[in-house]
Amino acid sequence: MARRETVQRKLVFTFLAWSVGLIVFFPILWTILTSFKSEGDAINIAGFFSTGWTTEAYSVVQERSNYMQFAWNSVILAFGSTFLALLIAIPSAWAMAFAPGKRTKDLLMWMLSTKMMPPVGALIPIYLIFRDLGLLDTRGGIIIVLMLLNLPIIIWMLYTYFKEIPGEILEASRMDGASLGKELLYVLTPMALPGIASTLLLNIILAWNEAFWTLALTTKDAAPLTQFIASYSSPEGLFWAKLSAASTMAIAPILVLGWFAQKQLVRGLTFGAVK
Amino acid sequence: MATQQTRVLGKLAVSPSVIVLFLWMIVPLAMTLYFSFLRYNLLDPNVACSLLTPGELLDSANRCIAGFNNYKFFLTDPKFFQAMGNSLILVGWVLGVSVVGGTLLALLLDQAFYGRGVVRIMMIAPFLVMPTVSALVWQNMLMDPVSGFFATVFKGLGLQPIDWFTHYPMTAVVIMVAWQWVPFATLILLTSLQSLDGEQKEAAEMDGTPPLSFFWYIVLPHLIRPMTVVILIETIFLLNVFAEIYVTGTGGRAGNLPFLVYQYGLISNDIGGASAGGIVAVILANIVAFFLMRMIGKNLES
Repeated sequence: MARRETVQRKLVFTFLAWSVGLIVFFPILWTILTSFKSEGDAINIAGFFSTGWTTEAYSVVQERSNYMQFAWNSVILAFGSTFLALLIAIPSAWAMAFAPGKRTKDLLMWMLSTKMMPPVGALIPIYLIFRDLGLLDTRGGIIIVLMLLNLPIIIWMLYTYFKEIPGEILEASRMDGASLGKELLYVLTPMALPGIASTLLLNIILAWNEAFWTLALTTKDAAPLTQFIASYSSPEGLFWAKLSAASTMAIAPILVLGWFAQKQLVRGLTFGAVK
Repeated sequence: MATQQTRVLGKLAVSPSVIVLFLWMIVPLAMTLYFSFLRYNLLDPNVACSLLTPGELLDSANRCIAGFNNYKFFLTDPKFFQAMGNSLILVGWVLGVSVVGGTLLALLLDQAFYGRGVVRIMMIAPFLVMPTVSALVWQNMLMDPVSGFFATVFKGLGLQPIDWFTHYPMTAVVIMVAWQWVPFATLILLTSLQSLDGEQKEAAEMDGTPPLSFFWYIVLPHLIRPMTVVILIETIFLLNVFAEIYVTGTGGRAGNLPFLVYQYGLISNDIGGASAGGIVAVILANIVAFFLMRMIGKNLES
């Protein structure tokens, strides 16, 4: 009796949860499906499933707007800014986690506060500095901005991971006479790697999707996929199959990464407050 | 435990990030503050200024000092009030929907059902979508008044399709942005729900606690902290929404503060005015940040 009730309950919740999930996911699902239609079929919503499938839209998009260049820029900007930030952040987070001073907590809060600064407060000077230094629309310039943008999140995230490494192990290795270099290389690094990998993943996602600075500071040479998609707004927006193909290519890599990184996403974006 | 040597090393290790963040925070802010007191238009370099008002104060680069005029102009611009209103509407509505909707969705996803992993993935997906993509897909494929999905459904039901971006641009922006941020709230609240002590749940079940009071006395207090975090993070990001408005071309009526500053600076080339706007945005963000930091600070301590 009780058992049948639980099964029934489970079925009801299965129905509810799947309905809600499908509604939320619908815009993405529909975009992906539409990208495999011909232009004529795409716009015909009523007869959506009764028509053929084709990858025509993908080849059109790639031919016309050299998608590869934008995609390559996105890859370089996302990875470049993340690696550069990790280079600076790892020593800092390590020091704050293992040799905290009186001001470490304040320092962390201050770093968090830099994230609250609205980008428009810095937009004009950065734009002018970039213009004068010839950094507008260059990959190097955008990498620096994206690095600074995500540095606080990276430090916080690494800090919370490093905090979880038991300090006794480090002490033990020190007692055994390991030098600082050896301690870093053989003890700390292997234990810190999972945390560093998660941080890397989250920040590639954030940098890939960043759409304020990339839109304001790039036009062509360094333009990533955010700019590529923005250039599709009207009248090209009316060509659904092409719009969908372009969109699918822009979001697919991140959807895949994001699904792997669900847990890290929560931790990173909440500055370690929710694990 | 910390020896003199490690302390010095620690300082050395921390300093690069402190220095770059400090520069990133201070240099642009100082420049913005300075520009906000200049009559400085990129298309109109200085000459007109000294011709128009001879004898006016100049700075070392021959730019006219405008005093508080940029602020006066920006703060009395009707567009400023509209942008402020839009910013508040956007943040307020999306936050409200995220917290309430996110809690309900998290409670639903926390139940036992078939295919939890798949549904969870579907729920999170919108948050991972590039804002420019979400804006284009919503505008052209879902909300288009002639051929969009909603219009087709409305026509099928014999109703008049809604022209979202003409008649309700702000609602359209709120819906698009909420679609991306409710999943974020759900993900965080769900993660927190799953860390709720299983024994407490069992005990409540054995005692026959009604679900509503279980929610009120056990679940809700447990969710307060993640809710605070959701509010903090989302406020930071929502105050700075830009791509959705830029891409859909709704800036004229649904433009928020960041969009207005962008318009002043990079479209009208009015560096002085845009800088004054930037400073106003910074002050407002700091007021919000002050309260939020206190909240999260308290929460992090306990």
